[in-house]
Amino acid sequence: MDGASVDGGFIELERVEKVFDVRRRTGFLKSERRRVRAVDSISFTVARGEMVGYIGPNGAGKSTTIKMLTGILTPSGGRLRVAGIDPSRERTRLARRIGVVFGQRTTLWWDLPLIDSYRLMHRMYRIPDLRYRQNLDRCVELLELRGLLDVPVRQLSLGQRMRGDIAAALLHDPEVLYLDEPTIGLDVISKAKVRDFLRELNAERGTTVLLTTHDLQDIEQLCSRVMVIDHGRLMYDGPLAGLHEVGDSERTLVVDLERELPPIEVPPARVVRVEGSRQWLAFPASESAAPLVARVAAEYPLVDLSVREPDIEAVIAKMYAGQAGQAERAVS
Amino acid sequence: MAEATADEAVAGPEPSYGRVREGLRAYRLIIAMWIRSTMAYRASFVMSTLANLVATALDFVAILLMFSQVDVLGGYRLPEVAFLYGLSATAFGLADLTIGSMDRLGRRVRDGTLDTLLVRPAPVLAQVAADRFALRRLGRVTQGACVLGYALAVLPIAWTPLKAAMIPLMLLSGGLIFCAVFVAGAAFQFVAQDASEVQNSFTYGGQTLLQYPPSVFAKDLVRGVTFVLPLAFVNWLPAVYVLGRPYPLGLPAWVAFTPPLVAAGCCALAGLAWRTGLRSYRSTGS
Repeated sequence: MDGASVDGGFIELERVEKVFDVRRRTGFLKSERRRVRAVDSISFTVARGEMVGYIGPNGAGKSTTIKMLTGILTPSGGRLRVAGIDPSRERTRLARRIGVVFGQRTTLWWDLPLIDSYRLMHRMYRIPDLRYRQNLDRCVELLELRGLLDVPVRQLSLGQRMRGDIAAALLHDPEVLYLDEPTIGLDVISKAKVRDFLRELNAERGTTVLLTTHDLQDIEQLCSRVMVIDHGRLMYDGPLAGLHEVGDSERTLVVDLERELPPIEVPPARVVRVEGSRQWLAFPASESAAPLVARVAAEYPLVDLSVREPDIEAVIAKMYAGQAGQAERAVS
Repeated sequence: MAEATADEAVAGPEPSYGRVREGLRAYRLIIAMWIRSTMAYRASFVMSTLANLVATALDFVAILLMFSQVDVLGGYRLPEVAFLYGLSATAFGLADLTIGSMDRLGRRVRDGTLDTLLVRPAPVLAQVAADRFALRRLGRVTQGACVLGYALAVLPIAWTPLKAAMIPLMLLSGGLIFCAVFVAGAAFQFVAQDASEVQNSFTYGGQTLLQYPPSVFAKDLVRGVTFVLPLAFVNWLPAVYVLGRPYPLGLPAWVAFTPPLVAAGCCALAGLAWRTGLRSYRSTGS
């Protein structure tokens, strides 16, 4: 038995909605009320131990979802459970079982040595001494915080502080970790350290991880599953690879020929670019590259070739654009 | 129902601590952190505490200057005004010291840092009350206590056990009444995030008002601070009993003993306002 309900979801959302009344000033005393559906009937479940990426443009409803999952905001409708707990009703009970990292707001104490913030967590969460020491040692080692514990937080670099924040969120052994933009503003090395740590945390401890990000590399390197949200709606939920098909994206075959030739003809691929003896051919991502390569090799003087996967960012941009287009059509 | 039992099996019996105890514990933990933060800049702390003491001391000097020109103010002599002043300043100082930074709540709502408090396993009110705890505010309490001490030393009062008991009672109830005003003001900031000045006019303004005898103010103002915002119960009403002075507004003598009840009522209302404010924040996110 785990803490989840019978059908196995550790995090469960069933047609969850969040509606805001946004008031906009239109005059000195006059204002206009407008209802905004920040989250529009979203349903999904996350099993224990999953690592899920939650992406979408600004204002899509990502943060609102996270805030409902952590008990900060009360949903306007639908059913929501985390570890069997209704977050908005039992906020403090849930708090002991979740860890939250807000990428842009540190929860560490600015003027105090890093270790002081951890001691506060120790006491505030009533973490047993032994477990606290073990967890701290582990975080210090894996997040490379040794030597930083006695440094006032204000003197830490952004990357160091982020690692410090992640450690602070994990000292009480949360079963689920929410990360809001955990790699924002970090350099390449710091990003790699954070990702390595999260992968290990998930693999070894089985901690469920839900992360929002703008950096698709985070998703590519960490998450087997991705959810895309836009205008408060869940537009995609599945493996990262599947996004390509949904977004009807294209892969690119780059061929180097012996000499400059007019654009080659191997349907369904089409030449999108020619530069000297090199040509770029686009073909649907859902098609296999093998027959295409065979035909090019048979019919043309081929020297070298490579296949490029579609840029995930482009795929998602295309998806948003497609959805917006549909919405407009629906209106008109 | 089935869910709850399944959950219990894993988490074991959740330790159930009283909310109040839990809140006080969180408050203690957080103010300890702020005191340590302050001590990271020791010199600055010493300077600001002294500045606070001097600034509040000058406040009383203004009253001394007034009495160099007149002997009586609204029928009250200097030691009696000092008595009112000392009570009001100390009670307010205690409230200001314990939860005076609550007027920063609006800022936390605006910049979104309130959310970081909402994911902690502790009551939000306790966390917000302890936020930016400033030990330098001891300056005001010290100054108020000194003035009160002077008044008690020179006032020719026929002390009875009841009258003596009134002093700590007034400070405690008064402090709680001011605390309630701070909490209600902060609760209002969930709705109007830039209302900290409105709050200040009630807290700091009210405190200044109470330093003078009720007899110098217009009746309507006295009515207002008796029946609407019950600041008169901080010092005026109980103090006139101790001083043996006529009651303002012709109120009966027993009102002098009601400050604890009034304080309890104020705290209950402020708690209600806080819950409403927090609920509205959690449903609107702004």
